[in-house]
Amino acid sequence: MSKNVIVIGGGAAGIEAAGQLAMAGYPVIIIEKGQEIGGHLLDWYHLFPDRRNSVEVVSYLNDIAENRNISILKNRQTEKIERNKGNFHLRTSAGDEIEAGAIVVATGFDLFRSEKKEEYGYGIYDNVITSADLEKMFRAGDILLKNGKAPSKIGLVHCVGSRDEKSGNLYCSKLCCVTAVKQAIELREKLPSSKVFCFYMDMRMGGAHYEELYLEAQEKHAVSFIRGKVSEVGVAHNGSLVIKAEDTLAGRPIRIELDMLVLMAGMEMSEGGRKISSDLHLSTGSNRFFSSIDNHYGSNLSNENGVFYAGTCTAPMSIPETISHARAAATEVIRYMKNTGK
Amino acid sequence: MSRFGFTITKARFIDYESNDRRISEYISEMEPSFLRCIECGCCSATCTAAGFTKFSLRELNILIKRGENKEINKTIRKCMLCGKCTLVCPRGVNTRNVITLAKEAYQKAENHAV
Amino acid sequence: MNKEGKKKIWSDYQKEIADDHFFYVRSCIRQSFFPGSEQFFLNLMRNVLKKDVYENPAHTTCTGIGYHSDIVPSATIMTVIARHFALMKEAGYKNIAISCVTSFGLYTEILETWKHFPSELAKTREYLYKATGREFDIPENLAHTSDIIYKFRDEIAARAKVLLVNKETGEPLNIVEHIGCHYAKMFPKSGIGGAEFPHVLSGMIDAWGGKVIDYPERRHCCGFGFRQYLVQANRGYSVANTAKKFSSMKPFKPDLVLTNCPGCSMFMDRWQYTIKEMEGLTYGVNGESVPVLTYEELAGLVLGFNPWDLGIQYHMVQSEPLLRKLGIEFDPGDKFKTKDGHQMPLPQNLINV
Repeated sequence: MSKNVIVIGGGAAGIEAAGQLAMAGYPVIIIEKGQEIGGHLLDWYHLFPDRRNSVEVVSYLNDIAENRNISILKNRQTEKIERNKGNFHLRTSAGDEIEAGAIVVATGFDLFRSEKKEEYGYGIYDNVITSADLEKMFRAGDILLKNGKAPSKIGLVHCVGSRDEKSGNLYCSKLCCVTAVKQAIELREKLPSSKVFCFYMDMRMGGAHYEELYLEAQEKHAVSFIRGKVSEVGVAHNGSLVIKAEDTLAGRPIRIELDMLVLMAGMEMSEGGRKISSDLHLSTGSNRFFSSIDNHYGSNLSNENGVFYAGTCTAPMSIPETISHARAAATEVIRYMKNTGK
Repeated sequence: MSRFGFTITKARFIDYESNDRRISEYISEMEPSFLRCIECGCCSATCTAAGFTKFSLRELNILIKRGENKEINKTIRKCMLCGKCTLVCPRGVNTRNVITLAKEAYQKAENHAV
Repeated sequence: MNKEGKKKIWSDYQKEIADDHFFYVRSCIRQSFFPGSEQFFLNLMRNVLKKDVYENPAHTTCTGIGYHSDIVPSATIMTVIARHFALMKEAGYKNIAISCVTSFGLYTEILETWKHFPSELAKTREYLYKATGREFDIPENLAHTSDIIYKFRDEIAARAKVLLVNKETGEPLNIVEHIGCHYAKMFPKSGIGGAEFPHVLSGMIDAWGGKVIDYPERRHCCGFGFRQYLVQANRGYSVANTAKKFSSMKPFKPDLVLTNCPGCSMFMDRWQYTIKEMEGLTYGVNGESVPVLTYEELAGLVLGFNPWDLGIQYHMVQSEPLLRKLGIEFDPGDKFKTKDGHQMPLPQNLINV
């Protein structure tokens, strides 16, 4: 029986789980599809709610990856996974053949493809961007329109691809609201003369210190919160984006012209996760994320013995939640390995 | 009307581009807690005046912020400044001061002082 | 604006359109409001593109106007449409070509209903058989006639005598495309290019050299909306919707509005007259009104047919400014003459003359 553990995915969940397993003495092999570890964090600027630079968290992950007994196979995807008498046999797209006693699935999430919300014109209208695009702009240092000028009126649309039957996602992605509030504050700080509008359905400020951030956005930064989902976007002759929504609280439709519109793209089960789900016959929920065998005390356990989940492959999670979930996954793996004599 | 038997219906949009939001800005500056409102409606629910007339502080709040100033001046007089709304507001908005400032701002606006 | 993004969406919404052998069903109102359009469609298909198009004089209204005003129940309209399918079957045709967007929407919706509720299909078969002794098949291909012109847009471009370009400036004309709501808003898959960025008319404009205008109220209703219009006191809603569209497109300096729906063509044309009378507003350049043409009329102009034979003079907003921009020669004296040269009574209050 192999003592190896394979971790699929080198984002926050995968690295954290691998670090814990390595500390417990198991040889760990991470398979990462990208060139670098860190996953979505690599494209993010500041993290909510304390607006810490994401680089710090990535360097925490890099420390783990470099200083513990972990081998990382980058630029590879899983090609085939088979079960062989209690062991797993995995072949990567680069032809590596790996034996392992357990697998941690940490395939994370994909961002909702915002062009699917055709009425918002992402990919068609200049200056309709996503929350991820805005983070890249923050990292690059300048918030600029296509014409090179700074925007003076910016709208943020919550729930793009979340809580939306037409997008096929009924669930709340949970983190977009706080992302919008964080981005609204950062926009106001970076462009003090700008006006920022958040179009929301409900403000889901459930995490620690999220509500306080919301209060700060209202009071300190005078961000306007309009309770109504944007129904359509057009472009006026002067190039402004024309936004239509219902201002539900005023009980009337609203029409507003903006320079830039930021779509808060939701989180979806990743494509890599979907492939592994069919290879290993792992069950998924109606939200397409992996479904655990128990929601309350077994959220790391899959329906297949020896296969464990860590992080956002099971549901939208923040970074701290992901880290905790990954540690819990490592605990479950260790218990399994001991029970099966590995 | 006589010729066609109908008229061109007026649009229902809040015309954000041409509305005047100086009153809202004035209140926000003098009483920043005005910006904290999340339109939960606790104020309207507890309001005595609202029990008998179509008066809603919640609605008033949003209309002022959008610059929909017409009618508000009349409506706002329905408030008796009893302060029940201040007691129940979960966001700590100084509602009485908001009303007072709004009245002040309308008066100033009429005198072209805002 | 990034056209590649639109192309991506268009590629998601392509549909099969038959190549030949069409059973043609006319619209109730088009023959009186723009009488040249359907005639030209037949001429184009039969004599220019050499296609087989059959129409049966026993074809009737689809009863769509009655249906949408709550007079005709759904069982009745399904049976009427089933009868059209029966006429098609009897004539040996499998591809239906529908002239009206309201009808097209109803045919699409009824086929979709039958797919999901086969018991409704069975009932309709029974009603039709009991009433007329007829039987019918579901068409193999269902297309709106604007779909068919779209399909042959490049063949038309290859034979073009006139391109949609301002002859004096050499610039492409600014053309607003307006799609009938029932073309694809109910079933985006049934329309070329979908419902958000329909390609059916913009594809023709592209192919024939014009420039498509994308203005904020592009998706908005023309103002027809049966129920608003049918009650006179409510017509203010109808005309207000039209005014909203035109004021949104005005800054783009439109030279022409191209439509694919009978109601849209009529209302966007006639209400421009009404708005001008009521408030003195016009929406084209130099205080002119904007001509509203059907895709058949535009195809005819592109192919060099005589504008008066296409019937474009039967709109309220006259097209002379457009004809001048396109460099199309015309004889004003022939405008309202019958085929054998008799002068007809001259209409009053036309605009753009």
